[in-house]
Amino acid sequence: MRDKQVQDLKEYKYGFSTDIDTIKAPKGLSEDVIKFISNIKKEPKWLLEWRLKAYNRLKVLKEPNWQKPKYPKIDYQDLYYYSAPKSFKEKPKNLDELDPKLLETYKKLGIPLQEQKRLNGIAVDAVFDSVSVATTFKDTLTKQGIIFCSISEAIQKHPELVKKYLGSVIPITDHYFATLNSAVFTDGSFVYVPPGVKCPMELSTYFRINASDTGQFERTLIIADKGSYVSYLEGCTAPMRDENQLHAANVELVALDDAEIKYSTVQNWYPGDKDGKGGIYNFVTKRGLCQGKNSKISWTQVETGSAITWKYPSCILKGDNSIGEFYSIAITNNHQKADTGTKMIHIGKNTKSKIISKGISAGYSDMTYRGLVDISKNAKNSNNYTQCDSLLMGNKCGAHTVPYIKNKNSDSNIAHEATTSKISEDQLHYCQQRGLNTEDAVGLIVNGFCKEVLQQLPMEFAVEAQKLVGISLEGSVG
Amino acid sequence: MEKQLRTDFKKIVDSSNFSEKEIITKEKYLNKFIQNGFPGKKNEDWKFLDLNQVIKSNIKNLDYFNENLPNEVDPKIYVDGLEHNKIVFINGRIEKIDFKYEESDKFEIKDQFDSKNLLNDVNSLVDLNSALTNKYYKFQVKKHYTLKKPVIIYSLTTSKISSKNINIRLDFDLESNSSLKIIDYSIDKSENNFVNIVYNFNLEKDAILKNYKLDKEENNNIKYSYNNINLDTNSVAENFVLSLGSSFIKNEINCNLNGKYSSAFVNGIFNLDNNKNHEIRTSINHLNENTKSYQLIKSVLGENTKSAYQGKIFVKSNAQKTDGYQLSKAILLSDNAEFNAKPELEIYADDVKCSHGSASGSLNQDSIFYLMSRGLNYKEAKELLINGFLLDVVEKITDNEIKNLIKNIMGLKE
Repeated sequence: MRDKQVQDLKEYKYGFSTDIDTIKAPKGLSEDVIKFISNIKKEPKWLLEWRLKAYNRLKVLKEPNWQKPKYPKIDYQDLYYYSAPKSFKEKPKNLDELDPKLLETYKKLGIPLQEQKRLNGIAVDAVFDSVSVATTFKDTLTKQGIIFCSISEAIQKHPELVKKYLGSVIPITDHYFATLNSAVFTDGSFVYVPPGVKCPMELSTYFRINASDTGQFERTLIIADKGSYVSYLEGCTAPMRDENQLHAANVELVALDDAEIKYSTVQNWYPGDKDGKGGIYNFVTKRGLCQGKNSKISWTQVETGSAITWKYPSCILKGDNSIGEFYSIAITNNHQKADTGTKMIHIGKNTKSKIISKGISAGYSDMTYRGLVDISKNAKNSNNYTQCDSLLMGNKCGAHTVPYIKNKNSDSNIAHEATTSKISEDQLHYCQQRGLNTEDAVGLIVNGFCKEVLQQLPMEFAVEAQKLVGISLEGSVG
Repeated sequence: MEKQLRTDFKKIVDSSNFSEKEIITKEKYLNKFIQNGFPGKKNEDWKFLDLNQVIKSNIKNLDYFNENLPNEVDPKIYVDGLEHNKIVFINGRIEKIDFKYEESDKFEIKDQFDSKNLLNDVNSLVDLNSALTNKYYKFQVKKHYTLKKPVIIYSLTTSKISSKNINIRLDFDLESNSSLKIIDYSIDKSENNFVNIVYNFNLEKDAILKNYKLDKEENNNIKYSYNNINLDTNSVAENFVLSLGSSFIKNEINCNLNGKYSSAFVNGIFNLDNNKNHEIRTSINHLNENTKSYQLIKSVLGENTKSAYQGKIFVKSNAQKTDGYQLSKAILLSDNAEFNAKPELEIYADDVKCSHGSASGSLNQDSIFYLMSRGLNYKEAKELLINGFLLDVVEKITDNEIKNLIKNIMGLKE
C-alpha cells in the first residue's frame, strides 16, 4: 500500500499535456519571426527596434560554456518562439471567455484562476506557453493604484513605465540567454506599485509550458516605487516530454528609495525521467537593482525541478543602506544537474547582503553553488554574510561550492562559511527509534536542514515547498 | 614571441648536450607553450592575476636564453644559526650542492633526464619549464632515512641579468619511511625577470615531507612556483608559504592524496605593501579513503596591494571519510587594498567532512580601543594585533628550528 503511495508521489504529477489548438510562429529564429511576434502582439515600433537590436547582437554572441553541467548543443532553429492558444487571438475580457480546457488545466495544477475558488486571496497571473492567460483580483489592486498585468498589456497601456524600466537591469548587451530573451520574449508579468503603497496581497504568476518544441521566454518586470512593498510568487510546471525544452526567462526588479521587493520562486519544471531523459533546461536570468536609498530586495527560491538549472538571482546594491538577501534550497535527484547561486554587488555605502544556500543532491545528480560577493571601493561599511551547506546522499552524486569573494574596501567585512556533510546515522537512528520509517526520517531531517530558507517563504508556498522537498527525495535513500 | 622562443630554444639546445630524444620531447612542450602562451584573465585559474598582462607591462623583450656563466657563491648569503645542507642556484644555474651532514649512501642525486618525470597537462608555464630547463636533478632519499639537517635551496639572482626567463626544475623522491625538510629561500638582486620554478615530489609509504617557501626580499621580479606532491599511504606533506618580497608571485601547490591515511597541510602568509600582487592557489585531491587536508591562509594588505587565494578541495567518489578544511582570512589596512578568494569544494563522496571559511575586513576597532586604553599607542596596538594574527599561522609549523627562523625573518614576537 505504502509502496503504491510512494510510487504515486514519485511520479511527476504535473506531467500531463493539454490538447489545445495553438498558433505558432514559424519554426526557427530569424528577423521575420521577431517581426511576427511583435506584430501579433501589436507592439509599438520602439519595442520592435529594441528586439531587433538584441537579435543583431545575438548573432555575434557566443553561448557561454563555463558552467559545470554540460548539455548537448541546442539547435535554436529547431524551436518555436511563439505558441499561443488559438482562442487567444483576441484576448478574453474576463474569465468566462476563457477556453474551458485551459481552465481545466489550471484546475489540475491547483491554480486558483477563478476568483470564487481563490486561495486566501492571492492575485494570480497565469502564463500558458507563451501568453499570459488571466489575471485575477484586478479590481482590488487597481483601487490602490497597483498595476499587475501581463507585460503585453503593460506595453499597450503603460508604455512610459515599460520603456523606462525594461532592460534597465538586464540590458540587451547582457549574456547570451538574456539577449535571446530580449529578442524573442513573448509574455510575462508586469508589476508597478506606486509610492507609499504596501501591496495588500501576494502577487503570483504561474508558468506552464504545454506545446512541444517550444521554448518559453517570459519577461517579468517589477517596479516598487518609493516607500512601497510587494511580495511576488512564481511557480512553474511543464508536461513530461522526451526531448529537452528550453526555458530562458528574464526577471528584472527595480526598488526605488525605501522600497522592498520580496520575490519567491518554487520551481518545479519537469526534471526528466529517472534515466535523465527529457526535462527542462532552466536558464533564467534574474536580477534586482536596489536603486534607491534604504531599498531591499530579497530572493527566495526552492529549486526542485528541471533537468538543468542554471541561474543566479542577483542583487545590485546601488543605493546607500540597501539590503540584498538570497535564500535558496536546491534539490537534485536522479540525473538532474544544477549550477545555481547568487551575485551580490555592493556599490552603495552601508550596504548589506546575506546569502543562505542549502543544496541537497541524491541519485546520480550534480549540484553546484556558485556565487559572487563583490564589494567595490566606494561601498564603505558594507557587510556580507554567506553560508552554503550541502548534503550528499550516496556516492554517485556530487556537491560543489564555488564562491568568488572580492573585497576592495578596508571598512567592509565579508564572512563566508560552507560545509558538506551527509545525514548522520545517529540522527536517522533516533528518528527510526521513535517509529518513523527511513523515508519519513530523511524527510524530517532534510526539512530541518532547509528550515532557515523555508521560513522565508510565504505561508501557502511554504507548505507546498515542504511537500516538494519530501517528494523530490523519495526513493533516494535505502 | 614565437620567433624569439624558437631562436632561444635553439641556443639552449646548442649550448647543452641533450640527446636526440630529449630534443624531440622538449620541442613538443615548446610547441604546446607557443600554442597557449602565457595564461591570462580568460583562464579561470588566472582570473585574479593576469600573468600575460603583467609580463607584457613589466618586461620588454623577454629573453628565454641564459648564457649560464658560472658565478662565485658568496658564503655570506647563507642563513645563520641553522645548520643545513645547501643547493645553490645563481641566475638559474646550479652552482653548489652540499650535503655534508648526511650519510652519502642514504642519499642519491641523479641528473639523467627521464621524460617520464615531466608533468603533463598542468598549464602552459609548466610546459615552458619542461621545454627550456637545461639541467635536471633528482634527489632521492633512501628507505628509512631521515635527513639530519634541513636542505636550503638558495635561489639567487644577481644584478647582471634583466628581462630573462629563468626556469628551475627539481625532483624529490622520498622512499618509504624517509623524511625530508626543505626550505626554498630566494635572494634577489635583479629586476624584471620572470622566474618559473617547478618541483615534483613523490612520497612513498610513511614518508614525511616538510616544504617551506620563503620569499622575503623586496624585488621587482615576477615569479611563479608550481609544486606537485604525490602522497602514498600514510605519508604526510606539510607546506608553508611566506609571501612577502617579490612584486608578483604566484605559488601553486597541488597535492594528490593517493594512499589511504595520507594527509596534506598548506599554510600561508601574505604580508604585503607597495603595489604587490600575490596569489596562492592550492588544489588538494582526495583520491582515497581516510585522507586529510588542512589549509590556513592569512593576508595583511597595505597600500595598493592585492592578494588572492584560490583553494580547491576535490573528493573522489571512493574517498570516503575524507576530512578537508580550509580557512582564509584577510585584514585590509588600506582603501586601495584588494582581497580575492575562491575557496572551492568539489565533492563526489557522501561520508565526508569538508568545510571552508573565508573572512575579510578591517582591523577590529574594539580590539584597538582595548589595547589603547591599556597604554599602547595606535601604531603599537595595530602591530600587536597583526603580530598575533600572523603568529597563528607560523605556529602551525611543526619544526621548531625552522619556526624560530621564520619568526626571526618576519620579526614576530611571541
